[in-house]
Amino acid sequence: MNRIEATFKQLAGKKEKALVGFVTAGDPDTEQSLKLISAMCTAGLDVLELGVPFSDPTADGPVIQRSSARALAAGTGLSHVLGMIEALRRRTQIPIIVFSYYNPILAYGAAAFHRDALNAGADGVLLVDVPPEESEELTACWPDNRLCLIRLTTPTTPPERMQRISACASGFIYHVSKLGVTGSQGLPLEDIGRKVRQLRSVTRLPICVGFGISTPQEIAAVAGLCDGVVIGSAFERLIEENIGKPELPDLLAARVAVLKRETHPPSS
Amino acid sequence: MHPSHASLKEAHGRLPDAAGHFGPFGGRYIAETLMPAILELEEAYRRIASDPAFQQELARLLRDYAGRPTPLFLAERLTAQAGGAAIYLKREDLAHTGAHKINNTVGQTLLARWMGKRKLIAETGAGQHGVATATTAALFGMECRIFMGVEDIRRQAPNVQRMRLLGAEVVPVSSGTGTLKDAMNEAMRYWVEAVSDTFYVIGSVAGPHPYPMMVRDFQQVIGMEVKQQIQAAAGRPPAALIACVGGGSNAMGLFHPFLEDAIELIGVEAAGKGIGSGKHAAALGAGSVGVLHGSKSYVLQDADGQIREAHSISAGLDYPGVGPEHAFLKETARARYVSVTDEEALHAFQTLCRLEGIIPALESSHALAWAIKEAGRRPRQDLLVVNLSGRGDKDLGIVAPLLRNRKEEQAS
Repeated sequence: MNRIEATFKQLAGKKEKALVGFVTAGDPDTEQSLKLISAMCTAGLDVLELGVPFSDPTADGPVIQRSSARALAAGTGLSHVLGMIEALRRRTQIPIIVFSYYNPILAYGAAAFHRDALNAGADGVLLVDVPPEESEELTACWPDNRLCLIRLTTPTTPPERMQRISACASGFIYHVSKLGVTGSQGLPLEDIGRKVRQLRSVTRLPICVGFGISTPQEIAAVAGLCDGVVIGSAFERLIEENIGKPELPDLLAARVAVLKRETHPPSS
Repeated sequence: MHPSHASLKEAHGRLPDAAGHFGPFGGRYIAETLMPAILELEEAYRRIASDPAFQQELARLLRDYAGRPTPLFLAERLTAQAGGAAIYLKREDLAHTGAHKINNTVGQTLLARWMGKRKLIAETGAGQHGVATATTAALFGMECRIFMGVEDIRRQAPNVQRMRLLGAEVVPVSSGTGTLKDAMNEAMRYWVEAVSDTFYVIGSVAGPHPYPMMVRDFQQVIGMEVKQQIQAAAGRPPAALIACVGGGSNAMGLFHPFLEDAIELIGVEAAGKGIGSGKHAAALGAGSVGVLHGSKSYVLQDADGQIREAHSISAGLDYPGVGPEHAFLKETARARYVSVTDEEALHAFQTLCRLEGIIPALESSHALAWAIKEAGRRPRQDLLVVNLSGRGDKDLGIVAPLLRNRKEEQAS
């Protein structure tokens, strides 16, 4: 059983939902970034999505665009991100997903990426701009399926396409809660619930929901509908507002603890 | 040439394949949210491509509104100065709005209406595609939003005024370098949110499938007219076709009808301050294979796969990527890609003004600069066709200060 499967199984046993955290790797630099992420893992993060910074993040809103730009200014490339995963793996056993646009992976080499990501201790990869139509060129040069390929569904995904997507998915399904880029406000809860129910009928994989979720109330509401909640821009905003402050790791850890509480069963 | 491409070469005229690939290039590398819209667009495009009523309406608008066919003009004084092959100019600068971009926006706006979409968005660099989109949006009474980098807004001010006059909202994009690449990033971000009722009018043969195919098809009217016009004027086919390449729409439009003919195709990229300086926009000449804005092609990038800044005096060529079909034509050696510096383009700009009384766009001046060189090396009986893709009025704000400085330098 891989770490992703084990984590969701264990959480299900406790009737908890996963708190999935997205953080851009190398923001503001790799050393500080490692400290921040370690603090978040210790505080109870269930799954880490580690963002590979990219020069042209077309699916991201201003907050993640800026975090990506800071990481790039500090010289963070994919090899540094893999180095960070290796360092994190010595401290935590939570699943780590490489979250990236395609071009940095392509430049690194698809086969080399598969090998090095697994060696570093990554469990999966999510590629924002690679739909199932284009992913075969990537998986064709992977010797095995130990690296999960996390797929996305969205509010525009019709049921028959959900089937196609989940047929080639592994690890978990990332359902995008709403139209737009990361960090936009407002949540269509009814639509999320309907989409998750449709997904349930075509997959047995855990379903995580992300985009535009930031407050404890929103987490509680979304957690009731699925298996995990992804928080990205809310963490990035906290990092941005407190960059360079010595208490930032503690602030992030405290935020993780507060948000994690909302993923516990309502009775507890 | 790569051996596996040899067989593909025969298929040139029939590409892309069903998934939007030109050999190893092209495809649909986009956010999942956009996939259903892209599939819907492809389906709609396939239907109108064989719909006589649509094609009739398109032909009527190209003739009566856009002013087609545009002339093919033998530039005699330019030919005499170049001292070799005859230079013909395909006068896309005479099309409505002053550039070839209108061919495509008439087509896509008509398609948007056919699909029941009432809102258009577009990115623009030099502003020619923005103006053309604002124009056809006005013609069809549609809402129109144009994304434009702040640097381009500064250097192409007349076109910004034109877009606003035509009723479009110009959205300034300050992220990145504030040029075409960033405008396209922002247009894609906006589209992900507004995808249910908004049609994205892409202006180049770039972006995800079906855009590279669709834009090429709407632009190939250029090459089809040239085929007839050169026959009528000279009684024989040209030796070579020459066009500038940023994203590559005017070049693809000129080249495509000739892909299976024994005619040399030459694409001219912007060498900016020189390829060696690193400040250029020659994705095909000095880039490597990557994925940007929805398709796989040549891009300017560093070893980490981060997209590098492009540079060109011409806003329309100032883009670090290029359309995937051009990548394929390069790979199969069906077309030759060369480059021309800012300085050479500026010189060609002045030359055409003085010798022929035509003010060319800085983009087109790149093609002209190469054509003058190329003509000089070729025998008199050779015919060259240069795509004069746009007129240069929009560039006076860039060119005038440069020429003034030069005069002052010469005087001192």
